[in-house]
Amino acid sequence: MPIINVENLSREFQVMEPMGRFRRRKKTVHAVRGIHFSVEPGEAVGYIGANGAGKSTTIKMLTGVLVPSSGQVSVCGFNPVPQRKALARKIGVVFGQRSQLWWDLPLQDSYPILGAMHRMPEADWRPRFRELAEQMDLGAFLTTPVRQLSLGQRMRGEVAAALLHRPELVILDEPTIGLDMISKEKLRQFLDAERRKNGTTLLLTTHDMSDIQRLCQRVLVVDDGAIAYDGPLTGLADVAGAVRTMVVDLAAPVHSADLFLLPDGAVHEGIEADGIRHSVSFDPRRLSAATVLAAISNTAEVADLSLHEPDIEHLVRELYGSARR
Amino acid sequence: MASSRAIRSGAGRDPQAPVTNLVLLRLLVSARLRSQLAYRGSFLSDVAGQILLGLTEFVELYAIVHNVSSFGGMTFAQTLLVFGLASVAFALGDLLLGETDSMSETIRSGKLEVLLVRPLPVLLQLATSDFQLRRVGRLIFALAALAAALLFADITWDPVKVLLALITPLAGAAIFCALFLGAGAMQFWILDGRQFANAFTYGGRYVASMPGAALFFPIQIFFTFVIPATLVAYAPSLVILDLDGPAGIPVWTGWLGLPAAVVLSGLMLLLWRAAIKKYTGAGG
Repeated sequence: MPIINVENLSREFQVMEPMGRFRRRKKTVHAVRGIHFSVEPGEAVGYIGANGAGKSTTIKMLTGVLVPSSGQVSVCGFNPVPQRKALARKIGVVFGQRSQLWWDLPLQDSYPILGAMHRMPEADWRPRFRELAEQMDLGAFLTTPVRQLSLGQRMRGEVAAALLHRPELVILDEPTIGLDMISKEKLRQFLDAERRKNGTTLLLTTHDMSDIQRLCQRVLVVDDGAIAYDGPLTGLADVAGAVRTMVVDLAAPVHSADLFLLPDGAVHEGIEADGIRHSVSFDPRRLSAATVLAAISNTAEVADLSLHEPDIEHLVRELYGSARR
Repeated sequence: MASSRAIRSGAGRDPQAPVTNLVLLRLLVSARLRSQLAYRGSFLSDVAGQILLGLTEFVELYAIVHNVSSFGGMTFAQTLLVFGLASVAFALGDLLLGETDSMSETIRSGKLEVLLVRPLPVLLQLATSDFQLRRVGRLIFALAALAAALLFADITWDPVKVLLALITPLAGAAIFCALFLGAGAMQFWILDGRQFANAFTYGGRYVASMPGAALFFPIQIFFTFVIPATLVAYAPSLVILDLDGPAGIPVWTGWLGLPAAVVLSGLMLLLWRAAIKKYTGAGG
């Protein structure tokens, strides 16, 4: 049985739009329009889309914060809004921008309270807390008040808080936003291990492609309130025709793009810094980065290079274009 | 291991014990109190400020009574009884639900969503997260004023009056809790409704702490039978002091405090539920 099942789900809002000086007109905004999807237990799903595409609205409907205008939602077998408190015991929610920790207390003081809210006896929550504290490396700042933690430390604390009651489903809204590389990596490793070990289902929204690549086997792309793509990430790149870009710095300047004998599928994009810096885009399905580098090295010595992945916003834009065509 | 040493063990409690409502409540309130003590300097100045605020209100009342010799048909000590009862009731209500008047901030900042995804009633979380210990300063001053009034007001006590004197602060506290709750609920509809809501809560306190006879007749009716502010202190004081009430607040209304508290609390709880439903129905 799917852990999340969404059928023909829609949500619209009435907003007042100014018309002239005093008059206002009611306007209906369709935030989510008739989406369908289901998630099986143990899956890790990335829910992506541009700002205002309907991600937060969907998450609010899944967690029982918002009633759908029409359609069916079932999460962990519950109807979210009428059974909000029962559902809250089965799911863990991390809102990237809002804290659920006790701001002025040492980090470790939040967990006994959260344990009690979920009616876990001490023998139940304390071993779980020890396990989380160890895996997330919270030990060094457990006695620090939450308000004094760095964003990365606090976010690890937030995730531990959301997982304390061993939820079947964890919903994370932008969990890595603003984190440094090391904190991001720690968080991803932890979430992945948690899913493999306990079969926890993950649903996360993010703007960071690496989150999806590291964590999710499946992506849902929402665009203008509708699901534009549902499938594996590699498939998304196929659909969108994503290109990678290699930027090389040469040892000696080369002033003409024609001097490079690039293989099919690679395109010279531009020259900067008086012939030192060249950028080449290529189709990752047809060419490897090594092939492209070898072709460039035939013409000139490469001193330095960097590779740029297609970003999510770009992919979504491509997809949006192709879906409308 | 450093992490396990840093965690205090719950000494003396059975780790297998189920979590009762009482245990949970104690945890929530004690977390709140410790949060406030985290800023020791600001906490102490807050308590002092609250005492000073109570003192200012008292001086204001004293200035009036001192110059007119009888305020709404009451002597100074009798006025002090009204003031003391009203202050105790307000301080208790404020202590429990005072911060609901910043509900619009809770909604706007998204904090409400965090409360909604926890398996506890939102109201319980709000009451415990806003348990303002600094408001104890106000309560201390109010209790002192009440004690002084009971000493100096020349009351001929009988068991019925003792009973009324005990019920009155509690019923009054419930009335103010209900007013605060209504003020919080109102802000789901009027997002900038804080000032409007304050008119009922702080305005109610102002009316409650003065002799009702000094009010204009229609105002007497309004603050007795619509917003039961005079029932908090003035009407019961009439009974305790064996005085006659003004036209809009007859003596028998002295016994209406408790029923009014029950009815008003019930209504405001319904309004609160409707407010939460409105939020989940319409978003932020």
